[in-house]
Amino acid sequence: MTPALLPRLLRPLLILLGITLAWQLIVWITGVPRFILPGPLAVGETFLNQLPLLSRHALVTGAEILLGLLLGVLLGLLSALSLVTWGSLRRWLLPLLVVSQAIPVFALAPLLMLWLGYGMASKVAMATLIIYFPVTAACFDGLRQTPTGYLQLARTLGAGRRAQLLQIRLPAALPAFGSGLRVAASVAPIGAVVGEWVGSSTGLGYLMLNANARMQIDLLFAALLMLALLAVALYFLVDALARRLTPWLSETFNHDAQ
Amino acid sequence: MEIQIDNARLSWQGHRVFDGLSLHLPGGQWTCVLGQSGVGKSSLIQLLCGIADRATVSAEIRCSDGLPLRGRVAWMAQQDLLLPWLSVLDNVLLGPRLQQQRRASAEQQEQARYLLSQVGLADHADRLPATLSGGQRQRVALARTLLQDTPLICMDEPFSALDAVNRIRLQDLSAQLLHDRTVLMITHDPLEALRLADQILVLQGSPARLSAPLRPAGATPRALDDLQILQWQGELLRQLAEEPER
Repeated sequence: MTPALLPRLLRPLLILLGITLAWQLIVWITGVPRFILPGPLAVGETFLNQLPLLSRHALVTGAEILLGLLLGVLLGLLSALSLVTWGSLRRWLLPLLVVSQAIPVFALAPLLMLWLGYGMASKVAMATLIIYFPVTAACFDGLRQTPTGYLQLARTLGAGRRAQLLQIRLPAALPAFGSGLRVAASVAPIGAVVGEWVGSSTGLGYLMLNANARMQIDLLFAALLMLALLAVALYFLVDALARRLTPWLSETFNHDAQ
Repeated sequence: MEIQIDNARLSWQGHRVFDGLSLHLPGGQWTCVLGQSGVGKSSLIQLLCGIADRATVSAEIRCSDGLPLRGRVAWMAQQDLLLPWLSVLDNVLLGPRLQQQRRASAEQQEQARYLLSQVGLADHADRLPATLSGGQRQRVALARTLLQDTPLICMDEPFSALDAVNRIRLQDLSAQLLHDRTVLMITHDPLEALRLADQILVLQGSPARLSAPLRPAGATPRALDDLQILQWQGELLRQLAEEPER
């Protein structure tokens, strides 16, 4: 296990190091000014110096992302369950849901500001909206594609509709739900930051715009770094959660890998 | 329990699979229905189990105890249909779990463990199905079927996904554990039918009809090298091959 784990951790680190090195080289060779492209060293320095400021704004953005994620996943899950349970709802709502995806959610941002104000609510709504559909679609597909054999077996075992849904269809949909969750985790930060760009007084998106306007490009990059760290941490957290939801999948995986 | 099926009719996508079919299942005996793929063997099982979803079905079914058959049939399919997220023990307990909101009584748990030991998997109770081999998984499915304790057990080619040696082993185990139970088994393998069945019928034609029953003598599972069995195997194979390919 340990010898296999080492290269797995080492490889991404080496890639990161390589990219940083290339970045620094470009800055050295072209002599591009600091207000166009600061080098990684300058960004790192700003990152450390401005850590309290960055953390304060990251906390706001992080809260928006998490709340949006929670709401979006909850709403998506509930929608998928309702769509599967009630056939008439499915016939009326599903076409609407699909067509609504043609509207670019970003275009709604100004409206959300108008309705929900400049505070966190509009950003949470933005993140919720942007992940609602992928989660709904993933859960709905997962719930619909239960192997018919499982359901037939459940019926010969005397399972009612409720037991079939809770004990067969829901667990069978967990892998699909897990991939929906992963997509949501990677998309939710976009919603929050776009919301902040349109109008806000705190958050990493606000900080980036502000730094850009003041030509503090190193601060912009530092904020970007913070955002990336936040997004990556969130993704790994959600990925770990999704794996815990479907322990039988990782077990087969380990079994195959051996 | 004895079961008499009359006027069984099943059509699927406008095609009459069988019509006016009669079948007598003697109590405590194994009935095997032989036929090639696509003739409607599985449809017959699905009709009896009440899971012929996309087909139009009707049949007169009489049980010797006068009660309706619905809900009293155990189904064992070619795929083991073990739920990958449940442990082996919980898969055996699937029936009670589905009927009683996930909780199986201590008595049922004990029964399930006993059945697992009967199929030789006592020390695999807490493992996940993905860690078992195909033969082991089908043994778990057998234990699950046994726990249901229904008056009729329908088996739809339960061993056909297994390799030859495992198939023989599972045939022996099933014959031993389901001895004295009323079983309807569907298979395309005459030798399997001849080893296990008290009566054998061939399902043939379109719409399909059942042949007169063949009743091999002797206790099951019968020996593989019995000359009489081998001769019958040849005859049944010839009879099956007479029908045009589907």
